[in-house]
Amino acid sequence: MSLTPTRRPEGAEPSLTPAESMTHGRASLANRAFARLSTASGVTILALLAAVTVFLVIEALPAVTTSPAELAERISWFPETGGILGYVGPLVFGTLLAALIALLIGTPLAIGIALFISHYAPRRLAQGLGYLVDLLAAIPSVVYGLWGSLVLAPRIVPVQDLLAQYLGWFPLFDGPAAQPARTVFTVGVVLAVMILPIITAVCREVFLQTPRLHEEAALALGATRLEVIRTAVLPFARSGIISAAMLGLGRALGETMAVLMILSPGFAYSFALLQAGQHQTIAANIANQFPEANTAGVSTLIATGLVLFVITLAVNMLARWVVSRRADFSGAN
Amino acid sequence: MAKRIDVSDLNIYYGSFLAVADVSMTIEPRTVTALIGPSGCGKSTFLRTLNRMHEVIPGARAEGKVVMDGVDMYASDVDPVAVRRHVGMVFQRPNPFPTMSIAENVLAGVRLNNKRISKGDAQDLVERSLQGANLWNEVKDRLDRPGSGLSGGQQQRLCIARAIAVRPQVLLMDEPCSALDPISTLAIEDLIAELKNDYTIVIVTHNMQQAARVSDRTGFFNIAGTGKPGRLIEIDDTTTIFSSPHEQATEDYISGRFG
Ligand SMILES: Nc1ncnc2c1ncn2[C@@H]1O[C@H](COP(=O)(O)OP(=O)(O)OP(=O)(O)O)[C@@H](O)[C@H]1O
Ligand SMILES: [Mg+2]
Repeated sequence: MSLTPTRRPEGAEPSLTPAESMTHGRASLANRAFARLSTASGVTILALLAAVTVFLVIEALPAVTTSPAELAERISWFPETGGILGYVGPLVFGTLLAALIALLIGTPLAIGIALFISHYAPRRLAQGLGYLVDLLAAIPSVVYGLWGSLVLAPRIVPVQDLLAQYLGWFPLFDGPAAQPARTVFTVGVVLAVMILPIITAVCREVFLQTPRLHEEAALALGATRLEVIRTAVLPFARSGIISAAMLGLGRALGETMAVLMILSPGFAYSFALLQAGQHQTIAANIANQFPEANTAGVSTLIATGLVLFVITLAVNMLARWVVSRRADFSGAN
Repeated sequence: MAKRIDVSDLNIYYGSFLAVADVSMTIEPRTVTALIGPSGCGKSTFLRTLNRMHEVIPGARAEGKVVMDGVDMYASDVDPVAVRRHVGMVFQRPNPFPTMSIAENVLAGVRLNNKRISKGDAQDLVERSLQGANLWNEVKDRLDRPGSGLSGGQQQRLCIARAIAVRPQVLLMDEPCSALDPISTLAIEDLIAELKNDYTIVIVTHNMQQAARVSDRTGFFNIAGTGKPGRLIEIDDTTTIFSSPHEQATEDYISGRFG
Protein backbone atom coordinates (compact mmCIF):
# COMPACT_ATOMS: atom_id res chain seq x y z
CA MET A 1 0.00 0.00 0.00
CA SER A 2 1.64 3.22 -1.12
CA LEU A 3 1.02 6.43 0.72
CA THR A 4 0.82 8.62 -2.40
CA PRO A 5 -2.49 8.28 -4.20
CA THR A 6 -2.06 6.90 -7.69
CA ARG A 7 -3.56 9.07 -10.39
CA ARG A 8 -5.85 7.29 -12.79
CA PRO A 9 -5.63 8.09 -16.47
CA GLU A 10 -8.26 10.55 -17.68
CA GLY A 11 -11.56 8.96 -18.47
CA ALA A 12 -10.68 5.58 -17.01
CA GLU A 13 -13.56 4.12 -15.07
CA PRO A 14 -12.65 3.54 -11.44
CA SER A 15 -13.02 -0.20 -11.04
CA LEU A 16 -13.18 -0.41 -7.28
CA THR A 17 -15.55 -2.57 -5.34
CA PRO A 18 -17.55 -0.69 -2.70
CA ALA A 19 -15.35 -2.10 0.02
CA GLU A 20 -12.22 -0.88 -1.70
CA SER A 21 -13.65 2.54 -2.40
CA MET A 22 -14.36 2.85 1.28
CA THR A 23 -10.85 2.06 2.42
CA HIS A 24 -8.79 3.75 -0.27
CA GLY A 25 -8.82 7.23 -1.67
CA ARG A 26 -7.71 10.67 -0.74
CA ALA A 27 -10.17 11.31 2.06
CA SER A 28 -9.28 8.20 4.01
CA LEU A 29 -5.58 8.93 3.52
CA ALA A 30 -5.99 12.34 5.13
CA ASN A 31 -8.08 10.68 7.78
CA ARG A 32 -5.41 8.14 8.65
CA ALA A 33 -2.67 10.76 8.57
CA PHE A 34 -4.63 12.87 11.00
CA ALA A 35 -5.36 9.90 13.24
CA ARG A 36 -1.65 9.13 13.42
CA LEU A 37 -0.75 12.73 14.05
CA SER A 38 -3.17 13.05 16.95
CA THR A 39 -2.11 9.69 18.39
CA ALA A 40 1.50 10.85 18.17
CA SER A 41 0.64 14.07 20.00
CA GLY A 42 -1.08 12.07 22.71
CA VAL A 43 1.87 9.75 23.08
CA THR A 44 4.27 12.71 23.19
CA ILE A 45 2.45 14.13 26.19
CA LEU A 46 2.66 10.82 28.03
CA ALA A 47 6.34 10.44 27.13
CA LEU A 48 7.08 13.97 28.32
CA LEU A 49 5.34 13.35 31.61
CA ALA A 50 7.23 10.10 32.08
CA ALA A 51 10.52 11.77 31.16
CA VAL A 52 9.99 14.54 33.70
CA THR A 53 9.10 12.04 36.40
CA VAL A 54 12.13 9.86 35.63
CA PHE A 55 14.40 12.92 35.59
CA LEU A 56 13.09 14.09 38.96
CA VAL A 57 13.41 10.66 40.56
CA ILE A 58 16.92 9.95 39.27
CA GLU A 59 18.25 13.37 40.19
CA ALA A 60 16.58 13.31 43.59
CA LEU A 61 17.83 9.83 44.47
CA PRO A 62 21.25 10.89 45.83
CA ALA A 63 19.63 13.27 48.30
CA VAL A 64 17.44 10.45 49.62
CA THR A 65 20.14 7.79 49.81
CA THR A 66 22.89 9.96 51.29
CA SER A 67 22.93 10.05 55.08
CA PRO A 68 21.45 13.20 56.67
CA ALA A 69 24.73 13.88 58.51
CA GLU A 70 26.69 13.90 55.28
CA LEU A 71 24.13 16.13 53.58
CA ALA A 72 24.29 18.54 56.47
CA GLU A 73 28.05 18.58 56.16
CA ARG A 74 28.10 19.19 52.42
CA ILE A 75 25.21 21.67 52.18
CA SER A 76 25.47 24.90 54.12
CA TRP A 77 21.68 25.40 54.38
CA PHE A 78 20.76 21.81 55.26
CA PRO A 79 19.41 21.32 58.79
CA GLU A 80 21.64 19.53 61.34
CA THR A 81 18.79 17.27 62.42
CA GLY A 82 15.70 15.87 60.76
CA GLY A 83 17.20 14.78 57.46
CA ILE A 84 15.57 15.30 54.09
CA LEU A 85 12.03 14.95 55.44
CA GLY A 86 12.81 17.50 58.10
CA TYR A 87 13.93 19.82 55.34
CA VAL A 88 10.98 19.31 53.00
CA GLY A 89 8.32 19.38 55.74
CA PRO A 90 8.26 23.10 56.49
CA LEU A 91 8.51 23.86 52.78
CA VAL A 92 5.47 21.73 52.03
CA PHE A 93 3.68 23.42 54.90
CA GLY A 94 4.59 26.89 53.62
CA THR A 95 3.60 26.01 50.06
CA LEU A 96 0.19 24.66 51.08
CA LEU A 97 -0.42 27.55 53.47
CA ALA A 98 0.29 30.25 50.88
CA ALA A 99 -1.77 28.47 48.23
CA LEU A 100 -4.65 27.92 50.65
CA ILE A 101 -4.79 31.59 51.62
CA ALA A 102 -4.77 32.50 47.95
CA LEU A 103 -7.60 30.07 47.27
CA LEU A 104 -9.68 31.24 50.24
CA ILE A 105 -9.42 34.85 49.12
CA GLY A 106 -9.43 34.25 45.37
CA THR A 107 -12.24 31.75 44.84
CA PRO A 108 -15.15 33.66 46.42
CA LEU A 109 -13.99 36.83 44.71
CA ALA A 110 -13.71 35.05 41.37
CA ILE A 111 -17.17 33.48 41.75
CA GLY A 112 -18.59 36.90 42.59
CA ILE A 113 -16.97 38.54 39.58
CA ALA A 114 -17.99 35.68 37.28
CA LEU A 115 -21.61 35.83 38.50
CA PHE A 116 -21.67 39.58 38.03
CA ILE A 117 -20.39 39.19 34.49
CA SER A 118 -22.72 36.31 33.60
CA HIS A 119 -25.93 37.27 35.39
CA TYR A 120 -25.96 40.85 36.60
CA ALA A 121 -23.98 43.24 34.44
CA PRO A 122 -25.48 44.74 31.29
CA ARG A 123 -23.91 43.11 28.24
CA ARG A 124 -21.51 45.93 27.31
CA LEU A 125 -20.14 46.25 30.82
CA ALA A 126 -19.88 42.47 31.15
CA GLN A 127 -17.73 42.22 28.04
CA GLY A 128 -15.40 44.99 29.17
CA LEU A 129 -15.07 43.52 32.61
CA GLY A 130 -14.38 40.03 31.30
CA TYR A 131 -11.68 41.45 29.06
CA LEU A 132 -10.15 43.32 31.98
CA VAL A 133 -9.97 40.20 34.13
CA ASP A 134 -8.34 38.30 31.28
CA LEU A 135 -5.76 41.07 31.08
CA LEU A 136 -4.74 40.31 34.66
CA ALA A 137 -3.53 36.94 33.40
CA ALA A 138 -1.23 38.65 30.92
CA ILE A 139 0.80 40.41 33.63
CA PRO A 140 4.14 38.58 34.13
CA SER A 141 4.61 37.17 37.60
CA VAL A 142 7.79 39.17 38.12
CA VAL A 143 5.68 42.31 37.82
CA TYR A 144 3.34 40.93 40.46
CA GLY A 145 6.45 40.34 42.58
CA LEU A 146 7.58 43.93 42.16
CA TRP A 147 4.11 45.25 42.86
CA GLY A 148 3.73 42.98 45.88
CA SER A 149 7.02 43.89 47.50
CA LEU A 150 7.17 47.60 46.61
CA VAL A 151 3.52 48.66 46.62
CA LEU A 152 1.41 46.16 48.51
CA ALA A 153 3.77 45.12 51.31
CA PRO A 154 4.05 48.63 52.78
CA ARG A 155 0.36 49.44 52.21
CA ILE A 156 -1.10 46.28 53.63
CA VAL A 157 0.50 47.00 57.02
CA PRO A 158 -2.59 48.76 58.46
CA VAL A 159 -4.76 45.81 57.45
CA GLN A 160 -2.41 43.40 59.14
CA ASP A 161 -2.30 45.62 62.24
CA LEU A 162 -6.08 45.65 62.39
CA LEU A 163 -6.25 41.87 62.07
CA ALA A 164 -3.60 41.46 64.76
CA GLN A 165 -5.36 43.92 67.04
CA TYR A 166 -8.89 42.54 66.83
CA LEU A 167 -8.37 38.91 65.90
CA GLY A 168 -5.01 38.46 67.57
CA TRP A 169 -6.48 36.01 70.09
CA PHE A 170 -6.85 33.63 67.14
CA PRO A 171 -3.48 31.92 66.44
CA LEU A 172 -3.64 32.72 62.72
CA PHE A 173 -3.53 36.43 63.40
CA ASP A 174 -1.07 36.41 66.26
CA GLY A 175 0.75 39.76 66.51
CA PRO A 176 2.78 41.81 66.29
CA ALA A 177 2.30 42.11 62.54
CA ALA A 178 5.48 42.39 60.50
CA GLN A 179 6.52 45.73 59.07
CA PRO A 180 7.03 45.84 56.10
CA ALA A 181 4.61 43.00 55.50
CA ARG A 182 6.90 40.45 53.87
CA THR A 183 4.56 37.82 55.22
CA VAL A 184 2.75 34.76 53.93
CA PHE A 185 -0.44 36.81 54.28
CA THR A 186 0.76 39.34 51.71
CA VAL A 187 1.94 36.51 49.50
CA GLY A 188 -1.50 34.92 49.76
CA VAL A 189 -3.16 38.17 48.72
CA VAL A 190 -0.87 38.57 45.70
CA LEU A 191 -1.32 34.94 44.71
CA ALA A 192 -5.09 35.42 45.01
CA VAL A 193 -4.90 38.23 42.46
CA MET A 194 -2.74 36.06 40.24
CA ILE A 195 -5.14 33.11 40.22
CA LEU A 196 -8.21 35.34 39.88
CA PRO A 197 -8.24 35.40 36.05
CA ILE A 198 -8.16 31.66 35.50
CA ILE A 199 -10.81 30.93 38.15
CA THR A 200 -13.01 33.78 36.96
CA ALA A 201 -12.72 32.77 33.31
CA VAL A 202 -13.62 29.13 33.95
CA CYS A 203 -16.47 30.02 36.33
CA ARG A 204 -17.87 32.59 33.91
CA GLU A 205 -17.98 30.04 31.10
CA VAL A 206 -19.65 27.47 33.32
CA PHE A 207 -22.23 29.97 34.62
CA LEU A 208 -23.07 31.03 31.09
CA GLN A 209 -23.71 27.41 30.17
CA THR A 210 -26.46 26.98 32.77
CA PRO A 211 -29.33 25.48 30.78
CA ARG A 212 -31.96 28.13 30.04
CA LEU A 213 -34.50 25.44 30.88
CA HIS A 214 -33.38 25.24 34.50
CA GLU A 215 -33.14 28.97 34.97
CA GLU A 216 -36.68 29.31 33.63
CA ALA A 217 -37.86 26.50 35.90
CA ALA A 218 -36.64 28.51 38.88
CA LEU A 219 -38.02 31.79 37.54
CA ALA A 220 -41.44 30.26 36.94
CA LEU A 221 -41.53 29.13 40.58
CA GLY A 222 -41.12 32.76 41.56
CA ALA A 223 -37.40 32.87 42.18
CA THR A 224 -35.59 36.18 42.47
CA ARG A 225 -32.33 36.60 40.61
CA LEU A 226 -30.36 35.54 43.67
CA GLU A 227 -32.58 32.48 44.09
CA VAL A 228 -32.16 31.55 40.44
CA ILE A 229 -28.43 31.59 41.04
CA ARG A 230 -28.83 29.47 44.16
CA THR A 231 -31.22 26.88 42.75
CA ALA A 232 -30.18 26.62 39.10
CA VAL A 233 -26.81 28.23 38.41
CA LEU A 234 -24.56 27.26 41.32
CA PRO A 235 -25.65 23.59 41.64
CA PHE A 236 -25.17 23.16 37.92
CA ALA A 237 -21.76 24.85 38.08
CA ARG A 238 -20.54 23.04 41.18
CA SER A 239 -18.08 20.70 39.53
CA GLY A 240 -16.95 23.47 37.20
CA ILE A 241 -16.21 25.71 40.17
CA ILE A 242 -14.17 22.96 41.78
CA SER A 243 -12.18 22.45 38.58
CA ALA A 244 -11.61 26.18 38.34
CA ALA A 245 -10.40 26.38 41.93
CA MET A 246 -8.05 23.45 41.37
CA LEU A 247 -6.59 25.11 38.30
CA GLY A 248 -6.00 28.18 40.44
CA LEU A 249 -4.54 26.07 43.23
CA GLY A 250 -2.16 24.46 40.76
CA ARG A 251 -0.94 27.85 39.70
CA ALA A 252 -0.62 29.10 43.28
CA LEU A 253 1.34 26.00 44.37
CA GLY A 254 3.92 26.44 41.65
CA GLU A 255 4.22 30.23 41.64
CA THR A 256 7.85 31.17 42.16
CA MET A 257 8.87 34.69 41.30
CA ALA A 258 6.21 36.63 43.17
CA VAL A 259 6.74 34.57 46.34
CA LEU A 260 10.50 34.90 46.09
CA MET A 261 10.32 38.66 45.81
CA ILE A 262 7.78 39.26 48.56
CA LEU A 263 8.32 36.68 51.27
CA SER A 264 10.93 36.94 53.95
CA PRO A 265 11.71 33.21 54.24
CA GLY A 266 11.73 30.96 57.29
CA PHE A 267 11.46 27.27 58.03
CA ALA A 268 8.86 26.99 60.76
CA TYR A 269 5.57 25.11 61.02
CA SER A 270 3.94 28.35 61.96
CA PHE A 271 0.35 29.47 61.61
CA ALA A 272 1.29 33.07 62.32
CA LEU A 273 0.23 34.53 59.00
CA LEU A 274 1.15 38.08 59.91
CA GLN A 275 4.74 37.43 60.95
CA ALA A 276 7.75 37.52 58.65
CA GLY A 277 10.58 34.98 58.49
CA GLN A 278 8.29 32.04 59.21
CA HIS A 279 7.46 30.42 55.89
CA GLN A 280 8.91 29.49 52.55
CA THR A 281 7.47 27.69 49.53
CA ILE A 282 9.10 24.87 47.61
CA ALA A 283 9.23 26.70 44.31
CA ALA A 284 10.61 29.93 45.74
CA ASN A 285 13.15 28.01 47.78
CA ILE A 286 14.44 26.18 44.70
CA ALA A 287 14.81 29.43 42.80
CA ASN A 288 16.50 31.00 45.78
CA GLN A 289 19.08 28.27 46.48
CA PHE A 290 19.68 26.81 43.05
CA PRO A 291 22.24 29.30 41.65
CA GLU A 292 24.67 28.72 44.54
CA ALA A 293 23.99 25.03 45.14
CA ASN A 294 26.60 22.26 44.79
CA THR A 295 25.79 18.73 43.51
CA ALA A 296 24.32 17.52 46.79
CA GLY A 297 22.40 20.76 47.12
CA VAL A 298 20.92 20.48 43.63
CA SER A 299 19.88 16.89 44.34
CA THR A 300 18.19 17.98 47.55
CA LEU A 301 16.37 20.80 45.77
CA ILE A 302 15.21 18.41 43.06
CA ALA A 303 13.87 16.11 45.76
CA THR A 304 11.75 19.00 47.02
CA GLY A 305 10.68 19.62 43.44
CA LEU A 306 9.54 16.02 43.20
CA VAL A 307 7.42 16.52 46.30
CA LEU A 308 5.80 19.60 44.70
CA PHE A 309 5.12 17.54 41.57
CA VAL A 310 3.41 14.85 43.64
CA ILE A 311 1.33 17.41 45.54
CA THR A 312 0.13 19.03 42.31
CA LEU A 313 -0.72 15.62 40.90
CA ALA A 314 -2.62 14.71 44.06
CA VAL A 315 -4.57 17.98 43.94
CA ASN A 316 -5.61 17.23 40.39
CA MET A 317 -6.70 13.70 41.18
CA LEU A 318 -8.59 14.88 44.24
CA ALA A 319 -10.39 17.42 42.08
CA ARG A 320 -11.38 14.73 39.59
CA TRP A 321 -12.66 12.51 42.36
CA VAL A 322 -14.73 15.32 43.88
CA VAL A 323 -16.19 16.13 40.49
CA SER A 324 -17.11 12.52 39.71
CA ARG A 325 -18.50 11.71 43.14
CA ARG A 326 -21.97 13.12 42.55
CA ALA A 327 -21.97 12.58 38.81
CA ASP A 328 -25.54 11.29 38.72
CA PHE A 329 -26.76 14.49 40.36
CA SER A 330 -24.91 16.66 37.85
CA GLY A 331 -26.47 18.32 34.83
CA ALA A 332 -24.83 15.81 32.55
CA ASN A 333 -27.69 13.36 32.16
CA MET B 1 -57.82 29.37 45.04
CA ALA B 2 -58.53 29.46 41.33
CA LYS B 3 -58.73 32.89 39.78
CA ARG B 4 -60.27 34.57 36.81
CA ILE B 5 -58.07 36.27 34.26
CA ASP B 6 -59.10 39.13 32.00
CA VAL B 7 -56.84 40.00 29.12
CA SER B 8 -57.61 43.10 27.13
CA ASP B 9 -55.95 44.61 24.06
CA LEU B 10 -52.67 42.87 24.62
CA ASN B 11 -49.82 43.53 22.18
CA ILE B 12 -46.56 41.65 22.65
CA TYR B 13 -43.26 42.74 21.15
CA TYR B 14 -39.80 41.24 20.78
CA GLY B 15 -37.77 44.42 20.38
CA SER B 16 -39.57 46.27 17.60
CA PHE B 17 -41.18 43.09 16.20
CA LEU B 18 -44.86 42.84 17.01
CA ALA B 19 -45.28 39.10 17.67
CA VAL B 20 -48.85 38.99 18.98
CA ALA B 21 -51.45 41.68 18.41
CA ASP B 22 -54.63 42.73 20.04
CA VAL B 23 -55.57 39.78 22.21
CA SER B 24 -58.59 40.01 24.48
CA MET B 25 -60.04 37.06 26.34
CA THR B 26 -61.54 36.05 29.63
CA ILE B 27 -60.44 32.92 31.42
CA GLU B 28 -62.88 31.66 34.01
CA PRO B 29 -61.73 30.09 37.26
CA ARG B 30 -61.68 26.29 37.44
CA THR B 31 -61.73 25.82 33.71
CA VAL B 32 -59.27 24.43 31.23
CA THR B 33 -58.56 26.73 28.33
CA ALA B 34 -56.71 25.26 25.37
CA LEU B 35 -54.79 27.45 22.94
CA ILE B 36 -54.28 26.02 19.47
CA GLY B 37 -52.87 27.37 16.25
CA PRO B 38 -50.08 26.91 13.73
CA SER B 39 -46.44 27.10 14.73
CA GLY B 40 -45.11 30.61 15.22
CA CYS B 41 -48.49 32.24 15.80
CA GLY B 42 -47.50 33.31 19.30
CA LYS B 43 -49.17 30.82 21.63
CA SER B 44 -46.06 30.44 23.83
CA THR B 45 -45.43 34.14 23.66
CA PHE B 46 -48.97 34.88 24.84
CA LEU B 47 -48.87 32.22 27.55
CA ARG B 48 -45.72 33.69 29.05
CA THR B 49 -47.34 37.11 29.42
CA LEU B 50 -49.84 35.57 31.82
CA ASN B 51 -47.14 35.15 34.48
CA ARG B 52 -44.76 37.81 33.21
CA MET B 53 -42.24 35.18 32.16
CA HIS B 54 -41.85 37.11 28.89
CA GLU B 55 -39.95 39.74 30.84
CA VAL B 56 -36.94 37.48 31.31
CA ILE B 57 -36.38 37.48 27.53
CA PRO B 58 -34.24 40.49 26.61
CA GLY B 59 -36.23 42.96 24.54
CA ALA B 60 -39.61 41.33 25.14
CA ARG B 61 -42.45 43.53 26.39
CA ALA B 62 -46.20 43.55 26.51
CA GLU B 63 -48.66 46.43 26.18
CA GLY B 64 -52.23 46.14 27.35
CA LYS B 65 -53.91 44.72 30.39
CA VAL B 66 -53.86 41.42 32.21
CA VAL B 67 -56.10 41.49 35.26
CA MET B 68 -56.31 38.66 37.76
CA ASP B 69 -59.36 38.86 40.05
CA GLY B 70 -59.33 42.62 39.74
CA VAL B 71 -55.59 43.10 40.22
CA ASP B 72 -53.73 44.58 37.28
CA MET B 73 -50.72 42.27 36.99
CA TYR B 74 -48.72 44.83 35.00
CA ALA B 75 -49.20 47.66 37.49
CA SER B 76 -45.91 49.27 38.44
CA ASP B 77 -46.15 48.20 42.07
CA VAL B 78 -46.69 44.53 41.23
CA ASP B 79 -43.62 42.36 41.60
CA PRO B 80 -43.20 39.87 38.74
CA VAL B 81 -41.69 37.42 41.23
CA ALA B 82 -44.91 37.54 43.26
CA VAL B 83 -47.00 37.07 40.12
CA ARG B 84 -45.10 33.89 39.26
CA ARG B 85 -45.73 32.52 42.72
CA HIS B 86 -49.45 32.72 42.00
CA VAL B 87 -49.29 31.63 38.38
CA GLY B 88 -47.31 28.42 37.94
CA MET B 89 -45.87 27.16 34.69
CA VAL B 90 -45.03 23.80 33.15
CA PHE B 91 -42.77 23.78 30.14
CA GLN B 92 -42.65 21.84 26.90
CA ARG B 93 -39.53 19.93 27.88
CA PRO B 94 -39.52 18.45 31.40
CA ASN B 95 -37.03 20.44 33.44
CA PRO B 96 -36.56 19.06 36.96
CA PHE B 97 -33.48 20.47 38.68
CA PRO B 98 -30.83 17.85 37.92
CA THR B 99 -28.84 18.40 41.10
CA MET B 100 -31.86 17.91 43.36
CA SER B 101 -33.54 14.74 44.48
CA ILE B 102 -37.17 14.03 43.65
CA ALA B 103 -38.30 15.29 47.05
CA GLU B 104 -36.13 18.42 46.86
CA ASN B 105 -37.53 19.14 43.42
CA VAL B 106 -41.07 19.11 44.76
CA LEU B 107 -40.04 21.39 47.61
CA ALA B 108 -37.98 23.77 45.48
CA GLY B 109 -40.72 26.36 45.09
CA VAL B 110 -41.77 26.19 48.73
CA ARG B 111 -38.21 26.70 49.87
CA LEU B 112 -38.15 29.91 47.84
CA ASN B 113 -41.49 31.13 49.08
CA ASN B 114 -41.25 30.60 52.81
CA LYS B 115 -37.77 29.39 53.49
CA ARG B 116 -38.39 27.21 56.54
CA ILE B 117 -40.86 24.40 56.83
CA SER B 118 -40.69 21.61 59.37
CA LYS B 119 -39.54 18.19 58.30
CA GLY B 120 -42.94 16.62 58.86
CA ASP B 121 -44.72 19.33 56.89
CA ALA B 122 -42.21 18.91 54.11
CA GLN B 123 -42.83 15.18 53.94
CA ASP B 124 -46.58 15.73 53.88
CA LEU B 125 -46.28 18.29 51.14
CA VAL B 126 -44.06 16.04 49.04
CA GLU B 127 -46.53 13.20 49.35
CA ARG B 128 -49.57 15.38 48.68
CA SER B 129 -48.01 17.08 45.65
CA LEU B 130 -46.74 13.85 44.13
CA GLN B 131 -50.12 12.26 44.69
CA GLY B 132 -51.71 15.30 43.08
CA ALA B 133 -49.49 14.70 40.08
CA ASN B 134 -50.25 10.96 39.99
CA LEU B 135 -46.62 10.15 40.55
CA TRP B 136 -46.50 9.10 44.19
CA ASN B 137 -46.82 5.35 43.71
CA GLU B 138 -44.05 5.27 41.14
CA VAL B 139 -41.47 7.20 43.14
CA LYS B 140 -42.33 6.79 46.81
CA ASP B 141 -39.42 4.38 47.32
CA ARG B 142 -36.80 6.60 45.76
CA LEU B 143 -37.59 10.12 46.87
CA ASP B 144 -33.94 10.85 47.49
CA ARG B 145 -32.81 9.80 44.02
CA PRO B 146 -32.14 12.50 41.41
CA GLY B 147 -35.19 13.72 39.51
CA SER B 148 -33.30 13.45 36.25
CA GLY B 149 -33.28 9.65 36.65
CA LEU B 150 -37.00 9.41 35.91
CA SER B 151 -38.58 8.75 32.53
CA GLY B 152 -39.67 11.74 30.47
CA GLY B 153 -43.32 11.33 31.41
CA GLN B 154 -42.46 10.93 35.08
CA GLN B 155 -40.20 13.99 34.92
CA GLN B 156 -43.04 16.02 33.45
CA ARG B 157 -45.37 14.90 36.24
CA LEU B 158 -42.61 15.77 38.72
CA CYS B 159 -42.56 19.25 37.22
CA ILE B 160 -46.32 19.46 37.65
CA ALA B 161 -45.94 18.32 41.28
CA ARG B 162 -43.30 21.01 41.76
CA ALA B 163 -45.62 23.62 40.26
CA ILE B 164 -48.67 22.67 42.36
CA ALA B 165 -46.65 22.30 45.59
CA VAL B 166 -46.70 26.09 45.98
CA ARG B 167 -50.51 26.06 45.53
CA PRO B 168 -50.74 28.52 42.67
CA GLN B 169 -54.05 29.94 41.51
CA VAL B 170 -53.38 29.41 37.86
CA LEU B 171 -51.38 26.75 36.05
CA LEU B 172 -49.94 27.45 32.60
CA MET B 173 -48.80 24.54 30.47
CA ASP B 174 -46.89 24.95 27.22
CA GLU B 175 -47.24 21.76 25.18
CA PRO B 176 -46.68 19.64 28.31
CA CYS B 177 -47.10 16.36 26.42
CA SER B 178 -45.22 17.02 23.22
CA ALA B 179 -42.14 15.15 24.42
CA LEU B 180 -44.13 12.21 25.82
CA ASP B 181 -45.47 8.87 24.66
CA PRO B 182 -49.25 8.24 24.41
CA ILE B 183 -49.47 6.51 27.81
CA SER B 184 -47.71 9.33 29.65
CA THR B 185 -49.81 11.78 27.69
CA LEU B 186 -52.99 10.11 28.89
CA ALA B 187 -51.69 10.18 32.46
CA ILE B 188 -51.16 13.92 32.20
CA GLU B 189 -54.52 14.49 30.57
CA ASP B 190 -56.22 12.62 33.42
CA LEU B 191 -54.25 14.75 35.81
CA ILE B 192 -55.40 17.96 34.11
CA ALA B 193 -59.00 16.84 34.48
CA GLU B 194 -58.41 16.42 38.24
CA LEU B 195 -56.44 19.61 38.68
CA LYS B 196 -59.29 21.54 37.11
CA ASN B 197 -61.20 21.20 40.38
CA ASP B 198 -58.68 23.44 42.13
CA TYR B 199 -56.89 25.46 39.51
CA THR B 200 -57.43 27.61 36.50
CA ILE B 201 -55.53 25.94 33.69
CA VAL B 202 -54.33 27.30 30.38
CA ILE B 203 -52.73 24.76 28.08
CA VAL B 204 -51.04 25.21 24.72
CA THR B 205 -51.24 22.16 22.49
CA HIS B 206 -50.69 21.10 18.90
CA ASN B 207 -52.79 18.04 19.46
CA MET B 208 -56.35 18.81 18.44
CA GLN B 209 -57.76 15.66 20.06
CA GLN B 210 -56.06 16.65 23.27
CA ALA B 211 -57.61 20.10 23.15
CA ALA B 212 -61.00 18.48 22.53
CA ARG B 213 -60.50 15.97 25.35
CA VAL B 214 -59.22 18.16 28.16
CA SER B 215 -60.48 21.68 27.64
CA ASP B 216 -63.69 23.54 28.36
CA ARG B 217 -62.81 26.44 26.12
CA THR B 218 -60.55 26.64 23.12
CA GLY B 219 -58.85 29.67 21.63
CA PHE B 220 -57.55 29.61 18.10
CA PHE B 221 -54.54 31.77 17.18
CA ASN B 222 -53.48 32.36 13.62
CA ILE B 223 -50.89 34.28 11.71
CA ALA B 224 -51.45 35.98 8.36
CA GLY B 225 -47.89 35.43 7.12
CA THR B 226 -44.28 35.58 8.20
CA GLY B 227 -43.42 38.90 9.81
CA LYS B 228 -47.09 39.55 10.58
CA PRO B 229 -48.30 39.40 14.16
CA GLY B 230 -50.24 36.42 15.47
CA ARG B 231 -53.86 37.12 16.45
CA LEU B 232 -56.55 35.44 18.46
CA ILE B 233 -59.07 34.48 15.80
CA GLU B 234 -61.75 33.24 18.14
CA ILE B 235 -62.30 31.70 21.52
CA ASP B 236 -65.38 29.76 22.48
CA ASP B 237 -66.61 26.61 24.19
CA THR B 238 -64.55 23.70 22.99
CA THR B 239 -67.59 21.86 21.67
CA THR B 240 -68.57 24.91 19.63
CA ILE B 241 -65.06 25.40 18.24
CA PHE B 242 -64.83 21.80 17.15
CA SER B 243 -68.38 21.44 15.80
CA SER B 244 -69.43 24.82 14.45
CA PRO B 245 -66.77 27.53 14.67
CA HIS B 246 -67.73 31.04 13.64
CA GLU B 247 -64.64 31.71 11.58
CA GLN B 248 -63.70 29.98 8.36
CA ALA B 249 -60.00 30.00 9.37
CA THR B 250 -60.77 28.03 12.52
CA GLU B 251 -62.76 25.49 10.61
CA ASP B 252 -59.96 25.13 8.05
CA TYR B 253 -57.38 24.66 10.76
CA ILE B 254 -59.19 22.06 12.83
CA SER B 255 -60.20 20.10 9.77
CA GLY B 256 -56.62 20.12 8.54
CA ARG B 257 -57.16 22.56 5.66
CA PHE B 258 -54.93 25.49 6.42
CA GLY B 259 -52.34 27.60 4.69
N1 LIG C 1 -37.07 35.01 22.27
C1 LIG C 1 -37.59 35.50 21.11
N2 LIG C 1 -37.00 36.55 20.51
C2 LIG C 1 -37.50 37.04 19.34
N3 LIG C 1 -38.57 36.55 18.73
C3 LIG C 1 -39.21 35.50 19.28
C4 LIG C 1 -38.74 34.92 20.51
N4 LIG C 1 -39.56 33.89 20.82
C5 LIG C 1 -40.47 33.82 19.84
N5 LIG C 1 -40.27 34.79 18.91
C6 LIG C 1 -41.11 35.04 17.70
O1 LIG C 1 -42.42 35.30 18.11
C7 LIG C 1 -43.33 34.65 17.24
C8 LIG C 1 -44.23 33.72 18.06
O2 LIG C 1 -43.44 32.67 18.61
P1 LIG C 1 -44.00 31.62 19.65
O3 LIG C 1 -42.87 30.82 20.15
O4 LIG C 1 -44.83 32.33 20.65
O5 LIG C 1 -44.94 30.74 18.71
P2 LIG C 1 -45.75 29.43 19.09
O6 LIG C 1 -47.14 29.69 18.67
O7 LIG C 1 -45.53 29.06 20.50
O8 LIG C 1 -45.09 28.36 18.13
P3 LIG C 1 -44.88 26.80 18.40
O9 LIG C 1 -46.20 26.18 18.21
O10 LIG C 1 -43.92 26.39 17.33
O11 LIG C 1 -44.34 26.64 19.78
C9 LIG C 1 -42.50 33.91 16.20
O12 LIG C 1 -42.44 34.71 15.04
C10 LIG C 1 -41.16 33.82 16.84
O13 LIG C 1 -40.15 33.85 15.86
MG1 LIG D 1 -44.53 27.40 21.52
